[in-house]
Amino acid sequence: MEPEARVPIKSDSDIVLARAQGRLLADELGFPSTDATVVATAISEVARNIVQYAHHGEIMFGKAHRQGRSGLVIIAKDEGPGIENIGLVMEPGYSTANSLGLGLPGAKRLMDEFEIASQPGQGTTITMTKWAP
Amino acid sequence: MRVPILRQAKYLIASIQSALSDHELLQLRDDLMEQTGRYRARGVVVDVTALDVMDSFAARTLRSIGHLLNLRGADTVIVGIQPDVAISMVQLGLTLEGVPTALDLEEGLAYLDAQMG
Repeated sequence: MEPEARVPIKSDSDIVLARAQGRLLADELGFPSTDATVVATAISEVARNIVQYAHHGEIMFGKAHRQGRSGLVIIAKDEGPGIENIGLVMEPGYSTANSLGLGLPGAKRLMDEFEIASQPGQGTTITMTKWAP
Repeated sequence: MRVPILRQAKYLIASIQSALSDHELLQLRDDLMEQTGRYRARGVVVDVTALDVMDSFAARTLRSIGHLLNLRGADTVIVGIQPDVAISMVQLGLTLEGVPTALDLEEGLAYLDAQMG
């Protein structure tokens, strides 16, 4: 995927920038406003995950096309501590930051496709896609 | 940007003007805590009409605002959750856990008036 845009994530104000960028591309792809809001919410969750656990990283945005449908691909990448047990962090309610633990499982629920690649000490890359209806 | 808080009789009205960062949301919580005491407010309306995204952090912070102000003796009502935001919240499984909501500012003030008896 050739990224259309990149937003560096270094602090909580970058979370707001990242979701605005996502909404912009969702609008460009002709997503209905509800889906654009759903995507912006998922971006917010993965961006906050970067701020909380890795402290800095990047979110890349791209467009995808499959069988006549347009999709918005979001890649959230960091070089933070990585995730030891991906199964555990994807359980709703699990959290090490004393939050609700809805972040990553919530983002997965909001998107059509969701993948995490991570190894302890090697950072985390989340790739998620929403397809236009 | 700090969220403006207006005083109207025994109520405070916090009117969010744009998307907020986590820090700005926590600032709002602290400002409301402080002003509820200073002005002896009995009710607080938080107007989120301008929020285009309600993620788990925002929902948690609004919930804690409601619970904290309740402990300080003020009823709190969240107003103006937009339809798209409501749909995203339901998909994400977010609730405001007992913090009352109303359609808009007018309904929110009517709710508070009814609580005051």
